Amino acid sequence: MSEYIIKNGNVFDPVQGIKGDKADVAIKDGKIVAKAGSGAKVIDAKGKTVMAGAVEIHAHIAGPKVNLGRIYRPEDKLFSCTPTKGMERMGGGASIPTTFKTGYEYAKMGYTTAMEAAMPPLFSRHVHEEIRDTPIIDEGAFPVFGNNWFVMEYLKNHEVENTAAYCAWLLRATKGFAIKVVNPGGTEAWGWGLNCLSVNDPVPYFDITPAEIIKGLIEANEYLGLPHSMHIHPNNLGNPGCYETTLDTLKLASGFKAKNKFGREQVMHLTHSQFHSYGGTNWGDFESKAKEITDYVNKNKNITIDTGNVTLDETTTMTADGPFEHHLTGLNHLKWANCDVELETAAGVVPYIYSPSISVCAIQWAIGLEIALMMKDPMRCYITTDHPNAGPFTRYPRVIKWLMSTKAREAQINAFKHKDKVLSQTSIGSLDKEISLYELAQMTRAGPAKSLGLSAMCGGLKPGMDADVAVYDFDPDKPVANPDDIEKAFSRCAAVFKSGVQVVNNGEIISNGHKRTLWVNVKSKENPQVMRDINEKFIKYYSMTQANYEALGHHFIPNPFALEVDAT
Amino acid sequence: MTKTITDVICPFCGTLCDDLEVVVSDDGKKLLEVYNACVIGTEKFLHSQSKDRVTRPRLHQPDGTWKEISYDEAAEYTAQMLAKAKKPLMYGWSSTNCEAQSVGNEIAEISRACCDNTAAVCHGTTLIAVQDIGLPTCTLGEVKNRADRIIFWGCNPAHAHPRHMSRYSIFPRGFFTGKGQMSRKMIVVDPRVTDTAKMADVHLQIEQGRDYELLNALRVALNNEWLPDSVAGIPKEKIREAAEMMKSGRFGIIFFGMGVTQSLSKNHNIDEAIALTVHLNEFTKYSIMPMRGHYNVTGSGEVFAWQFGFPYSIDLSRGFARYNPGDTSSIDLLVRGEIDAMFTIGSDPGAHFPISAVKPIANMPSVCIDPHQTPTSGVSKLHVPVSFNGVETGGNCYRMDNVPIDCRKVVEPPEGMLSDEQFLIKVRDRLKQLKGAA
Repeated sequence: MSEYIIKNGNVFDPVQGIKGDKADVAIKDGKIVAKAGSGAKVIDAKGKTVMAGAVEIHAHIAGPKVNLGRIYRPEDKLFSCTPTKGMERMGGGASIPTTFKTGYEYAKMGYTTAMEAAMPPLFSRHVHEEIRDTPIIDEGAFPVFGNNWFVMEYLKNHEVENTAAYCAWLLRATKGFAIKVVNPGGTEAWGWGLNCLSVNDPVPYFDITPAEIIKGLIEANEYLGLPHSMHIHPNNLGNPGCYETTLDTLKLASGFKAKNKFGREQVMHLTHSQFHSYGGTNWGDFESKAKEITDYVNKNKNITIDTGNVTLDETTTMTADGPFEHHLTGLNHLKWANCDVELETAAGVVPYIYSPSISVCAIQWAIGLEIALMMKDPMRCYITTDHPNAGPFTRYPRVIKWLMSTKAREAQINAFKHKDKVLSQTSIGSLDKEISLYELAQMTRAGPAKSLGLSAMCGGLKPGMDADVAVYDFDPDKPVANPDDIEKAFSRCAAVFKSGVQVVNNGEIISNGHKRTLWVNVKSKENPQVMRDINEKFIKYYSMTQANYEALGHHFIPNPFALEVDAT
Repeated sequence: MTKTITDVICPFCGTLCDDLEVVVSDDGKKLLEVYNACVIGTEKFLHSQSKDRVTRPRLHQPDGTWKEISYDEAAEYTAQMLAKAKKPLMYGWSSTNCEAQSVGNEIAEISRACCDNTAAVCHGTTLIAVQDIGLPTCTLGEVKNRADRIIFWGCNPAHAHPRHMSRYSIFPRGFFTGKGQMSRKMIVVDPRVTDTAKMADVHLQIEQGRDYELLNALRVALNNEWLPDSVAGIPKEKIREAAEMMKSGRFGIIFFGMGVTQSLSKNHNIDEAIALTVHLNEFTKYSIMPMRGHYNVTGSGEVFAWQFGFPYSIDLSRGFARYNPGDTSSIDLLVRGEIDAMFTIGSDPGAHFPISAVKPIANMPSVCIDPHQTPTSGVSKLHVPVSFNGVETGGNCYRMDNVPIDCRKVVEPPEGMLSDEQFLIKVRDRLKQLKGAA
């Protein structure tokens, strides 16, 4: 494999505490090394910014609901198609790009790892087929557990060990990466057209509450010692006043301590927190409660969050929170897709337009930025758009611009139709913090990698780590003349390396790399009861036989990378 | 000694039954018995053993006879045809696995073809309606476990999807449906008294082609608004009775077939059927699901969508995907004489397209990839027989509710035969050479 030396760049690496020093980064055999040989190919990074490849902790980029979005929104392809070109297959789609375009766009922005945030276990083969066809970036997928019949039945009886054994089995069967929870209990209630809006609402029939499901899954997660923590989208998403449910959810993590060998410190990851930080009693007095949420998270070190920034675009919302999507179609009267999945979960898809002329959308925009600016520890707060829910991931450079420049924020606030309302309902106008490049590296690389339990392999430039490196055409020593230059620089990398292979040069794809599928292989204690329960449920209630459930074989996961967990 | 293989997937219809048991000879070469499958599925398995099976590619000669050629020669012909064509059409894909479809899509991209699947003549209208209005749906296990109201509209599963009612919709006892069919009400809407209709609690014997009106009338009835004395040949009392039955369920589902998608109002029918489903969700929980026919037509739509962004009728002639059914769809392209080469795989347009669209196939360079001899293989210049997918080769496929299941190989194909995927890889590699593609 080729050797490279990226010379004289301004390096930002939180893993080694390097804050913009001019240094060389050497690559050999797919890894970062202390020193390259004399034959190494030289990449001149003088006047440029060098960081590790970015890590996406939460996006919807592969699987049944993503593809349903593609199928039912031909309009998303308008003006967004790119023809076959060199290494690149054709691409199409703005908020829900085709798989090939997804890989290319991430890579061009310097992303080298991404997580699909909600995998319905029954559809795991579909998720893996799409992951296989997404070039360059390493990907993993989180199976959803929060409305799973096994989990609810075990936790009703406080059987944490059985829950853990089941989780381990499902992670293996679906080649999944982490325990994901979406609207715990609420999505099962949606099977009857109902919902759970607080952590104490009983789940119909199952005689359990969301709070019990959340606590039980945290316990199971730590019992197994998984790389990532329980990853939650709480109840009552997106409603005015929902921040109280969010605080109730966060409080359930208190008293738990992370137990794992992967360097992770949190026991709960709260995802797209923007959608969960709303005050007010209706859309008229809708306001930001970003401060209440970030105050709590700042004080409690066993929680990490990501932002879910609204990017003011037309997009496609999609979530396993089935009742929420039904609620949303009632609000905007656009087309509604829904899919309930037997024994496991559901999903909904609804197009959405975040218009800068609508005060609620503008306030949502402000809340996402407030969260990122108010969090004291950038290692525990990561930039996402909950792609494509609050906006497409291709807008990350724009979010970075807003976070790095008060001038850019002011320009956007002044462009809002209801500027006064945005300023009165949020505190975005009084925040003068500008995120530094070092903090950016924490929020997009070192932080998410640590939270995912991947800190030994990615998110940093320490010798021995995977050679995932992004070189941006951005000179930190020069003052930024125009905030748009930030967006431009972070949109197209000068160079990107994935596992030691140069995949991007001057913003163009030059190799499809050797993408891997990340999954967690948990060895757990033999548990005959759980195996018998699984067997029985398949015979009686699933529409597929147990023998056909598992995602097996080279054609689904051609290049697997298993994180080994021994929970025996 | 024989061997019994369990959990085998049936590669016939969109029901994709996965509980079949197949008995094969000790050497794995002969398929002896098929258990649990319906009569059509059984026949699909056993047909692979037929003595008159074509096992080598054959080229049509000017005098009407066939000349046997090798797979390499067949791949050469196909690659040359695609390389030379200005606008080839690649049609079918519904009876093969997603792996083959994926290679086919790569070929389509290199040769800038139009690509389409059999949704063009079945549920394409459904896809257009879904693009208009959305789709509240569910997996078949949800129906089994929860549904107490089942509506079959313009479909006849007793004959077309023979195990649908026993596996998923009417008879099974699920978690919340412990009494099986006793806990379910069944409504059938069909102008004919089909074997499915005979089983129904309510059979609405609709006037042919009046689906839109009846769907609309049911929505009116849901809101207890005024109705004329009869709509679509159904008296208003019966419509109100049916609406009340639908509304009073805890979980209902509408299954619909070609009787609605291919009758006069086409996608507008489905628009209204989906609107009725959305409307019913104001009262209780409802879903709707197309009864997909070919076992992997759903998979073809899925693969097209994640690779090109659209589920069918895709035109890649400009290097990126364009989509405009009625313009970029197979029959329209053929009838207008717009294409100059025809590539067919895993389907039989010769039997299902109008004759005005079949005739052009006989008059242009054409390839048919199919294990069977069909009307399409008959009019094509080259017939490439391949192994039976789901019998002699495995691979992923998607059920009518979009659930992916991996097909199983149960028996060896006749010696020297290639699978769809293997043949397509040969074509792709040769085409890349011819086109100088990366």
